[in-house]
Amino acid sequence: MKSAVIVFPGSNCDRDLAVALEQVTGQKPAMVWHRESELPAGTDFIGIPGGFSYGDYLRSGAMAAQSPIMRAVAAAAERGVPVLGVCNGFQVLTEAGLLPGALMRNAGLHFVCRPVGLTVENSQSLFTSAYDSGEEIVIPVAHHDGNYQADPATLDRLEGEGRVAFRYREEVNGSARDIAGILNDSGNVLGMMPHPERMIEQAHGGTDGRKLFEGLLETVA
Amino acid sequence: MKARVFITLKNGVLDPQGKAIHHALQGLGFGGVNDVRAGKLIELDLADGTKDAEIEDMCRKLLANTVIENFRIERLEDA
Repeated sequence: MKSAVIVFPGSNCDRDLAVALEQVTGQKPAMVWHRESELPAGTDFIGIPGGFSYGDYLRSGAMAAQSPIMRAVAAAAERGVPVLGVCNGFQVLTEAGLLPGALMRNAGLHFVCRPVGLTVENSQSLFTSAYDSGEEIVIPVAHHDGNYQADPATLDRLEGEGRVAFRYREEVNGSARDIAGILNDSGNVLGMMPHPERMIEQAHGGTDGRKLFEGLLETVA
Repeated sequence: MKARVFITLKNGVLDPQGKAIHHALQGLGFGGVNDVRAGKLIELDLADGTKDAEIEDMCRKLLANTVIENFRIERLEDA
């Protein structure tokens, strides 16, 4: 699997994501700076990491969504290349219009940083095929703006089309319908607030995130 | 030429920041506050002759997230 990890000024989970990808796929991802306008030829997976791109100025992910590389990411997504956005990466994907809705300030106003329980709602996607449907997993979150909101019609559509990939099993940030991760309409773009790359070896306290990358490797390779 | 762009949350969109400000005001003894909504004010110093349509385009593409926010443009003549 030839993966690429996008790096913005202020990204800080880019290395974690690269380590997780290398451990699971055996191949080092290309680290692609936001000013690039093209992805390496043959890229078959794109990761958009967590962090605070552009210092979260204006709105989380707003500036990053306008950077040159995002045009190439949108074009690749259109071709069906799988794109995973974690945390700030999820915010970037919504701001870029690749996923519906918006991520707002946590309802409790606090930065939330702890492992949280999730339910795998859809185990048929490119990203979640190694999980069982309804499987309960634990993955850490670390965010201030993770409160997923969209209009009721959009939420109904996401649920009706099986596009809610993960749901929180506990109150975390006030997200509408406890949504923790969603897919685009063709199922090749996933945005999620929890950090699967931080749960890939026993030293992390669990390996529930590893299956996401394993499933991806199996479907992509 | 200057313009001001006011960005506010759409009606019905939860505003945790506004809520916190509301609580703080109540804590200070201001009991007459019914609700608080927080927004943003962005001041633009623009080339003369910049069209309204162009400012609106700026709002839609970057300054506001129209999924959750409204914007209003106010031109400041000869400011």
